[in-house]
Amino acid sequence: MIKAILIFNNHGKPRLSKFYEHYSEDTEQQIIRETFHLVSKRDENVCNFLEGGMLIGGSENKLIYRHYATLYFVFCVDSSESELGILDLIQVFVETLDKCFENVCELDLIFHVDKVHNILAEMVMGGMVLETNMNEIITQVDAQNKMEKSEVRL
Amino acid sequence: MPAVSKGDGMRGLAVFISDIRNCKSKEAEIKRINKELANIRSKFKGDKALDGYSKKKYVCKLLFIFLLGHDIDFGHMEAVNLLSSNKYTEKQIGYLFISVLVNSNSELIRLINNAIKNDLSSRNPTFMCLALHCIANVGSREMAEAFAGEIPRILVAGDTMDSVKQSAALCLLRLYKASPDLVLMGEWTSRVVHLLNDQHMGVVTAAISLITCLSSKNPDEFKTCVSLAVSRLSRIVSSASTDLQDYTYYFVPAPWLSCKLLRLLQCYPPPEDGAVKGRLVECLETILNKAQEPPKSKKVQHSNAKNAILFEAISLIIHYDSEPNLLVRACNQLGQFLQHRETNLRYLALESMCTLASSEFSHEAVKTHIETVINALKTERDVSVRQRAADLLYAMCDRSNAKQIVAEMLSYLETADYSIREEMVLKVAILAEKYAVDYSWYVDTILNLIRIAGDYVSEEVWYRVIQIVINRDDVQGYAAKTVFEALQAPACHENMVKVGGYILGEFGNLIAGDPRSSPLVQFNLLHSKFHLCSVPTRALLLSAYIKFINLFPETKATIQEVLRSDSQIRNSDVELQQRAVEYLKLSSIASTDVLATVLEEMPPFPERESSILAKLKKKKGPGAVTVELEDGKERGELNGGGDRGGDAAIAASNASTPSPSADLLGLRSTAPVSGTTPSAGSLLVDVFSEAGPSATSAGVNDDGFLSSAPPTVASEDPAPPLPESDELLNKFVCKNNGVLFENQLLQIGIKSEYRQNLGRMYLFYGNKTSVQFVSFNTTVSCPGELQSQLNVQTKTVEPLVEGGAQVQQVINIECLTDFIDAPLLNIKFRYGGALQNISLKLPVTINKFFQPTEMAAADFFQRWKQLSQPQQEAQKIFKASHGMDTEVLKAKLLGLGTALLENVDPNPENYVCAGVIQTKAQQVGCLLRLEPNAQAQMYRLTLRSSKDTVSQRVCDLLAEQF
Repeated sequence: MIKAILIFNNHGKPRLSKFYEHYSEDTEQQIIRETFHLVSKRDENVCNFLEGGMLIGGSENKLIYRHYATLYFVFCVDSSESELGILDLIQVFVETLDKCFENVCELDLIFHVDKVHNILAEMVMGGMVLETNMNEIITQVDAQNKMEKSEVRL
Repeated sequence: MPAVSKGDGMRGLAVFISDIRNCKSKEAEIKRINKELANIRSKFKGDKALDGYSKKKYVCKLLFIFLLGHDIDFGHMEAVNLLSSNKYTEKQIGYLFISVLVNSNSELIRLINNAIKNDLSSRNPTFMCLALHCIANVGSREMAEAFAGEIPRILVAGDTMDSVKQSAALCLLRLYKASPDLVLMGEWTSRVVHLLNDQHMGVVTAAISLITCLSSKNPDEFKTCVSLAVSRLSRIVSSASTDLQDYTYYFVPAPWLSCKLLRLLQCYPPPEDGAVKGRLVECLETILNKAQEPPKSKKVQHSNAKNAILFEAISLIIHYDSEPNLLVRACNQLGQFLQHRETNLRYLALESMCTLASSEFSHEAVKTHIETVINALKTERDVSVRQRAADLLYAMCDRSNAKQIVAEMLSYLETADYSIREEMVLKVAILAEKYAVDYSWYVDTILNLIRIAGDYVSEEVWYRVIQIVINRDDVQGYAAKTVFEALQAPACHENMVKVGGYILGEFGNLIAGDPRSSPLVQFNLLHSKFHLCSVPTRALLLSAYIKFINLFPETKATIQEVLRSDSQIRNSDVELQQRAVEYLKLSSIASTDVLATVLEEMPPFPERESSILAKLKKKKGPGAVTVELEDGKERGELNGGGDRGGDAAIAASNASTPSPSADLLGLRSTAPVSGTTPSAGSLLVDVFSEAGPSATSAGVNDDGFLSSAPPTVASEDPAPPLPESDELLNKFVCKNNGVLFENQLLQIGIKSEYRQNLGRMYLFYGNKTSVQFVSFNTTVSCPGELQSQLNVQTKTVEPLVEGGAQVQQVINIECLTDFIDAPLLNIKFRYGGALQNISLKLPVTINKFFQPTEMAAADFFQRWKQLSQPQQEAQKIFKASHGMDTEVLKAKLLGLGTALLENVDPNPENYVCAGVIQTKAQQVGCLLRLEPNAQAQMYRLTLRSSKDTVSQRVCDLLAEQF
């Protein structure tokens, strides 16, 4: 199960946080900070997996992350998930964002946090993977956008 | 066309976000946010109905504010109203708000449930998906009660859209996890299992998570899924790379689904049906074969996806543990990965091999990779990978390679990362014990461990070596010789001195024949380390010395002289002083026979579970430790070395008071180190840990992890002083150093010094957990009139205290005039989100500003008479609450700060003291007389001073001390 999905930039500013288990708001913020602390001190070219921080369950959980330009994408998962599988899932997520935003960059995530949540919701639900097929995800997002547009026109 | 065009953002939102991003300081940001919150609140409260666009804009702003870490305490009602809108835009933003901001305890759940019910029956697939998402996000029991019956129907209905089926499957899974008793699959079981055959791969992807979870809980009911999973897997594995179209990821057909199918099969034993099993073995072989084929793409995504399947296949092979042929192939494949240039693959290979090492078929095959693994331990750049290598070495260790592996781990320890040293030490200690063929090797290994990583050698480890030496007479002589040699090093770790003291005290006689290690040489060697050691170690050494007197009568005179020296017999530490006094007395009055009985060799320890193993288990969690000790059959509590029966008779220090120098700054409270009575250090800790508050540690369990229940949030105002803070204050009246306070999270140590009317206090805040304290803040305040009596200045401390770290704070104190109350110390910090708020009284009492005054008897009585006005005298008669030992009384009176005047009082049983209290405003002369009545166990205490308030206060303070 995916416990949390976090996106923050190189300075630790959160750009998206989605927790699939309930924590208090304070704890969520602390988990983000702790995770940033753990991930950001690692060199490039080391492996993409590490044991989770104390606040989110320690060695029971793994942090699986990718670093793209200014952003870290971190998935915190338990032992029932395949590490490489999650790494691919992060890639699908980023490629989908890239298609939806046309060369996605940090600013898109900042100004369209609702869209990012919607796209993520098409992939992951309640901590489990709903869909891995990028075209299917984009079709759904497109359909939603059309509905939105038609309502605006009304 | 991009799905989100960049132009159609909401302008008001963009402006707000830009404003925030342009804020130069945190304060400016908070100000801007508060302004916006006020604006939104007024908009929501206003009479004018907001249109959908505005509502969406404001909710997006709230989401952004929430992401920055600010609490949002309104807008929920507006969000719920949005749910019932017919417009997709409004409904969608309402659901988004709820999914991010509403937790399962919200009172709004019933309203939300109503909206969900409408959407689920709307037959509009988009609305249905939104509603299902909401249920999966909140997942409360109330929701399960409302919808657990409905969702399976949606899931298996023939006319449900695929996207809705996907959402329904995961929604049901979420409800099952939260409230398994409410989700009854019964009649649906077979139809749910058959979703594995669904034509739409997305439906299979979602359904398999549900089926895996249900199977792991009720394997029998769902076992028909095995054959379906195998045939689905087989179809994917044998398909050409383009057959599955969109589900082909970088030339790999449906990698995610393949992984999940292989995971599902791990819930079951190998299939019994021969045909199914044959088909599965074929699949596994195909997957292993594909690993050897040239890649279809150079992209890392291609090899990732391929290897994700491969690792899951290997996990399944290891899980079955019945096909020697596949196991060996799996092991060889992992062996290849051990040398792969991708760090991720090396990491995963090490991890998988760990589980493979415990299979009897492949244990030998795993062992052939030992050199590669050792190399990984030495050369990997990434600490995560090195850790896995250490785990694998531990798992592959057996009698044949134990010496090599332990030697490699020891040499790695010299440069190992601090974060994993303690665990490494435990592992080495366990392997050394488990695979020790000859115990001399074991003793060598542990002593090396102490030499290399002494700071990380916990008590359990050195207790254990002593237990083993005591219990095995074949190793005692060797152990004595080895520790003797190890102690020759000019600088050796204190743990080495402890082990050395204990072992030589018991078995020094076994090497005493050699003139190079004659009794006197042994004693001098130990004693040369004495002055460098902490109090608990010194206490242990004193016990070793008395044992020497028994072992070697020729050392008696030398040792008695040492015991008799002022630095022992008048040591300021009560525990040491008491031992010196008692051991000296024992050695002078007891006959040789009595001495030999009292100081007999230690009896063997009862065999218990190795305390080290227990510690590793605690560290790694149960189940993580696969190596069981051969002689560790019983599960016992930690096998402390404290229960030394041998010298039970000698120490009887019931009346010992906490010593000022005991382990002040050590964060670890020392367990009983030696002797049957707790050492001064641990006594001190016991006293305080009992007094420690339990309220502040809510939400923290023994392991120091956060418990799942959210801790109750304490108020931001300084807490009222702890009820026991007066008691804590009293402990410091006659001493300046010690542990002021301790609970599960925090230890506060104090060192202070006073001169004239000035004082300086050092506070040491130790974080006992492994998690950092944030927003750490301490304030010292002088309530009421104390403000004009004391001038207290503090330096602020860093707001962040790392786990295991200690920060220091200096407090300067000036006494302006005499005072009664004590300053308040308030400590606030956040630990795992919970605010900790502790208030204590700072042990600054008027007597700290005493200057001792020596005077002759005549002077004393003259001044005594001068201070004869009734208000100048304060007197108390009270019962003794401690023993009435002369030396203890004297030490306390000296600790008070006054001069203890000998030969003044005609009654030698009485004590008289004199001193001057120095304040900025004036000096207050003070005379004191304490008259013990040993028969009645009573005291009379009389104070006379030139100021009535001072007499009274000093009298009150001192009366609590006896």
